[in-house]
Amino acid sequence: MPSVTRLLDAPAMARSLERIAGEVIEKCGGTEGLVLVGIQRRGVELAARLAALIGQVPLGKLDITLYRDDLSAVGPVPRVGVTSLPAELEGRTVVIVDDVLYTGRTIRAALDELADFGRPRRILLCVLVDRGGRELPIQADFVGLTVDTGGDDRVDVAVLELDGHDAVDLIRGAPL
Amino acid sequence: MSPPVLGKDLVGLEYLTADQILLILDTAEPFKEVSERPIKKVPALRGKTIVNLFFEASTRTRISFEFAEKRLSADTVNVATTGSSVSKGETLVDTARNLEAMRIDMVVIRHPSSGAAEFLGNRIRSNVINAGDGRHEHPTQALLDMLTLRDRFGRIAGLKVAICGDVLHSRVARSNIWGLLKLGAEVAICGPATLIPREFAELGVRIFPRIEEAIEWADALNVLRLQLERMSSGFIPSLREYNRVFGVTRERLAKAGREVVILHPGPMNRGVEIDSDVADGPASVILPQVTNGVAVRMAVLYLLAGGAPDWRSAPTPGDDR
Repeated sequence: MPSVTRLLDAPAMARSLERIAGEVIEKCGGTEGLVLVGIQRRGVELAARLAALIGQVPLGKLDITLYRDDLSAVGPVPRVGVTSLPAELEGRTVVIVDDVLYTGRTIRAALDELADFGRPRRILLCVLVDRGGRELPIQADFVGLTVDTGGDDRVDVAVLELDGHDAVDLIRGAPL
Repeated sequence: MSPPVLGKDLVGLEYLTADQILLILDTAEPFKEVSERPIKKVPALRGKTIVNLFFEASTRTRISFEFAEKRLSADTVNVATTGSSVSKGETLVDTARNLEAMRIDMVVIRHPSSGAAEFLGNRIRSNVINAGDGRHEHPTQALLDMLTLRDRFGRIAGLKVAICGDVLHSRVARSNIWGLLKLGAEVAICGPATLIPREFAELGVRIFPRIEEAIEWADALNVLRLQLERMSSGFIPSLREYNRVFGVTRERLAKAGREVVILHPGPMNRGVEIDSDVADGPASVILPQVTNGVAVRMAVLYLLAGGAPDWRSAPTPGDDR
């Protein structure tokens, strides 16, 4: 039987995002030239929340479906979502925002896609949960919560906008 | 593995469900944006080899498919075969075997014989996309027509679409009729009696013998190209007369007293089935159709590639038809 552990409840999630927002401003020396880019789907909502906390900062969204390296492996193809980025990436600092960092393949795809839109001065990565299990040399610059998981586990992030509530759950023994 | 979303081939809209058609249209939406990027290319089909096999003249469709393939990073080869005197069945089987031997992934086929795409699809493992087969179907054209209609009206269901002209010889008409009916539109056809097949009435398609009635009724007109070679075969008396009786003109449209959106699959015969000031007017969506063509074909290629069987896996016994 799968067991469910709540890693973050709504207040804890809000605190994590506030802390991350502070770290982003600190690390980037303000909001000058800063762009937040959320990865579809829940990364988009998290990026919007961070943007609201940070203040005046351009917001974009990225759908990495077309940059996946496993098209023929996944069977029925996933729905392709919308990519929309603020005008110029050239010379800016881009913070990629996603809900969970696991194998790193999504981020690899996101980096490839960003490169097709321009050449930012630097790209940073922000995730709400880092669950380990990397298959590529990728690490996050801003992390809400780090948790050790195995291949049989699943981390579910729920956001108010899409799921009606805020929560991060660890489900053991129930892979996707 | 769950079953592929669209099946192996795209032969015609007659064989798709409304959900499958909507999936293609919805998938085309994000692909529109890819063509607006500074680098108009995504790696989704990297490593896939696609053969564009055109047994019939085509500019728009072939180029549109080629752009779609290239913007998905597929490798493409164009084969234009015209004037072959070999019997069609034999040629296709041989061609199919040769193509398979070169380890391709997809074939886009345009052929003068109805049923050619299905015939090929049944004989090779690669995905086959029908880019027009005889007077049977031209599914991607109808899909781009429907995407353009949806862009303009926000919906397909309940729309009144009149298809005007040479419906008898038109694969575009046939695909549109199937697609539009499945998505809940009302469909009418209009043209000279010699070019209007009656059997569509059984599907619930209205028939208007006069273009004025079609304009009066419709939200949108899909004006078919009058294939000029039809004149010599006695279907119509003369181009002038065709224009006088069935031409879509500004005067005729003005009588409707409201905007009627104009589609045309191209290439246009200006002054025959459509007048220039209609084709270039504010109600015309002829160029958006062309833009949408690339997005729709990207969507079809992407969806078929994702559900494609692995050709490297061993053939199942008895599968070699």
